[in-house]
Amino acid sequence: MIAEFGQISLILALVLATLLATVPLYGAYRNNEALMNLAPSLVTGHFVFTLAAFASLATLFLTHDFTVVNVAINSNLLLPWFYRFAATWGSHEGSLLLWVLMLAGWMLAVSLLSRSSLPKPFLTRVLAVMGAISIGFLLFTLLTSNPFDRILPGPPDGQDLNPLLQDAGMIFHPPLLYMGYVGFSVAFGFAIAGLLGGRVERDWVRWSRPWTLMAWAFLTGGITLGSWWAYYELGWGGWWFWDPVENASFVPWLLGTALIHSQAVTEKRGAFPAWTVLLAIAAFSTSLLGTFLVRSGVLTSVHAFATDPERGIFILAFMAIVTGSALTLYAFRAPRIMVGKGFDFVSRETALLLNNVFFTVSAGMVLIGTLYPLVIDFMGWGQISVGPPYFGAMFVLLMTPVVMLIPLGPLSRWGQDNLKRVVAPLLISMAVAVVGGLIIAAALGAFNLRAITGWIGGLWLILGSLSYLMRQKDQVRRFSLPRGQVGMIMAHAGVGVFVIGVGMVESMTYERDMRFEPGDRLEVAGYTFHLHEVAQVKGPNWIAEEGRFTVYRGDREVAQMRPQKRLHHRGQQVMTEVALRPGLFHDLYIALGEPMRDGTGAWSIRVHIKPYIRWIWGGAVLLALGGLIAASDRRYWKRYRAEAREAAKNTGEAPA
Amino acid sequence: MIKMLVPLGVFVGLVVLLLISLPTAEQRRQVSSPLVGREVPTFSLPGLHDPGVSRSTVDFRGQPFILNVWGSWCFSCRVEHPYIERLGREAGVPLVGFNWRDEREDALEWLDQFGDAWTVHMVDVEGRAAIDLGVYGAPETFLIDHRGIIRHKHIGPVDEEIYADLIERIEQMRVEAGT
Repeated sequence: MIAEFGQISLILALVLATLLATVPLYGAYRNNEALMNLAPSLVTGHFVFTLAAFASLATLFLTHDFTVVNVAINSNLLLPWFYRFAATWGSHEGSLLLWVLMLAGWMLAVSLLSRSSLPKPFLTRVLAVMGAISIGFLLFTLLTSNPFDRILPGPPDGQDLNPLLQDAGMIFHPPLLYMGYVGFSVAFGFAIAGLLGGRVERDWVRWSRPWTLMAWAFLTGGITLGSWWAYYELGWGGWWFWDPVENASFVPWLLGTALIHSQAVTEKRGAFPAWTVLLAIAAFSTSLLGTFLVRSGVLTSVHAFATDPERGIFILAFMAIVTGSALTLYAFRAPRIMVGKGFDFVSRETALLLNNVFFTVSAGMVLIGTLYPLVIDFMGWGQISVGPPYFGAMFVLLMTPVVMLIPLGPLSRWGQDNLKRVVAPLLISMAVAVVGGLIIAAALGAFNLRAITGWIGGLWLILGSLSYLMRQKDQVRRFSLPRGQVGMIMAHAGVGVFVIGVGMVESMTYERDMRFEPGDRLEVAGYTFHLHEVAQVKGPNWIAEEGRFTVYRGDREVAQMRPQKRLHHRGQQVMTEVALRPGLFHDLYIALGEPMRDGTGAWSIRVHIKPYIRWIWGGAVLLALGGLIAASDRRYWKRYRAEAREAAKNTGEAPA
Repeated sequence: MIKMLVPLGVFVGLVVLLLISLPTAEQRRQVSSPLVGREVPTFSLPGLHDPGVSRSTVDFRGQPFILNVWGSWCFSCRVEHPYIERLGREAGVPLVGFNWRDEREDALEWLDQFGDAWTVHMVDVEGRAAIDLGVYGAPETFLIDHRGIIRHKHIGPVDEEIYADLIERIEQMRVEAGT
């Protein structure tokens, strides 16, 4: 019953999306108020029915309805309720439903929040474009991946949610990531609406900026959560693996980063507007591409969803339609886009242009590295593999100039400037960063290239951001610094924190694999690890061997740590559960290896001490927060003035 | 106008590439490789635990065996590892590890941490033997029969379904070999 209700809700959502993508759009074309006024109601209805479908699926999971195939495959009687809830989006079908729900949510938010700040025809076009995207995803869900399919009679018990996904980080990782992915559809919608209306100019860009910033902030958060998850769940202490699916989320992030910067130029100076439109199209298209790569099984990856060529074809066709028509429209309309003011070589435009060059090239390189195996195979050039070394080397090369240039950007003037004026206030920061970096690295015993580079680069970014703040000290004192600038400073300083973290983790990680017998001690870097025993423990749906450690610093006990080797009942997968003691400056990390086969009860155990790894995610969190704060800048949410003025003019003329 | 068509052109190229890769991806998964049905190339490589000893594909003639390509740098190898362990325990034929483009130290650490269910490992640091073998990426799993013919190749991580399929094929090969 509930499954059928969910199914019907989805179909109704599809009907409303179809209406939304056609009728109000025609209204906007004909300037028909009545038809345009339909859009907000359609958006609300679309959201309500999508939510109903999603709630139905969640209910099916929570109530153990194993007559639904999706539930039978991804859940069982032993799974605790919060994982059953998370299992709603743990499968391919469910995650598509989540995707549609997010899209419906963004549409609702745009229709509510931008109602007064956008001219009606424009808002209508934006919503219609997003409705069209929703049609594609709803059709995809209903035709190839229906989450409500029945199996009669249902099995008495289900199988299991992939144990890798049974984890708190996994409950929140997909929703955040999708918020970001799907959020770029707003920027896409604005760009297409701008092209359709033939009005790609500053106003358009200003309206879309807060939405782009929000999407970008969510994407940053989602990627960060994924990295954190991989760190503690996969059991080998890395924080980024250049896995194809990680890359699939990283490419839109890089393009999104370029986009928020190019939007700043286009809004303030009207320069490179066509480029901004193109980036908006590209950021959303690569989000779609990411979906395609994950779902079609073209590339193999840890995100092993059930893959299916039919689904691959469908997404590819959908992507071809969406991006293909967007780019065709671009080709016809972009030449008509007004050209902005020119600028000198030394200017803020140049700084932001350089940002765009580096981030776009990086996105291109990551994309090429990810698709390389396909290209090579296609060309028949033989069998070559691309590993993390390619990405790592390429990335350091491209991001070093970015780190050096970031503090210069905000301090430079629009139009024209001279280098001396920009650099002068930063000389102190520069000197302090270099000297301070060297001293800190030496004091920490980390006197190697990576750590030193990390400290100098990080301090340069943080101090550079502070010195920008110093120059605005009047506004800071009166608490009137615009939120856009607060967000920017926070994000740039966040990059600094991140850089320090990477430099330290990559150079100063202590790793040791050793044989531990119960009673053994390991002394390292001021810590003593003492293994009491290895015991059997039982969880709701697994049994495990658990190592029980006490960790001392000097004589003081600092932590009890209990790494596990879990055997899940269903599927009989073995999982390594790492024991972690997080710290601002050090993480202690213990992973249980294998029991020794010599009958002594000894285990091989891996101990890591990871310095500053929290700084990596801390920096990323600052980036995301900075994005959100900037998005809340009042400037973006002002009532649409031209309309107000027109209204005033009309009333003024009426009596005459 | 012409300049503005460039992005569209690039995109069309990308779609064509993906379109072509889609069915071949399936082929790679199922029919796998032109080497299936041919004799496994003969090569000698140093062992992993015992670098002094040279290991060859000929060592296993007369019985079926599994050849599993892996590397400590390979993310998906970590994912399929539980199933590889089960293969080692339950398949009843030698499970040969083909350690590809790896550092010896990293590989040994990896085995220490996750478990070493393989009968023996051979090490291909430069990846030359891997090219002869038509290795497309790690992980890959080859089934080779008692006459030394490659009977099956699976690309990508082994999961529950693939595992069952592999075990079935191995049973078949064991019957043929009469072991």
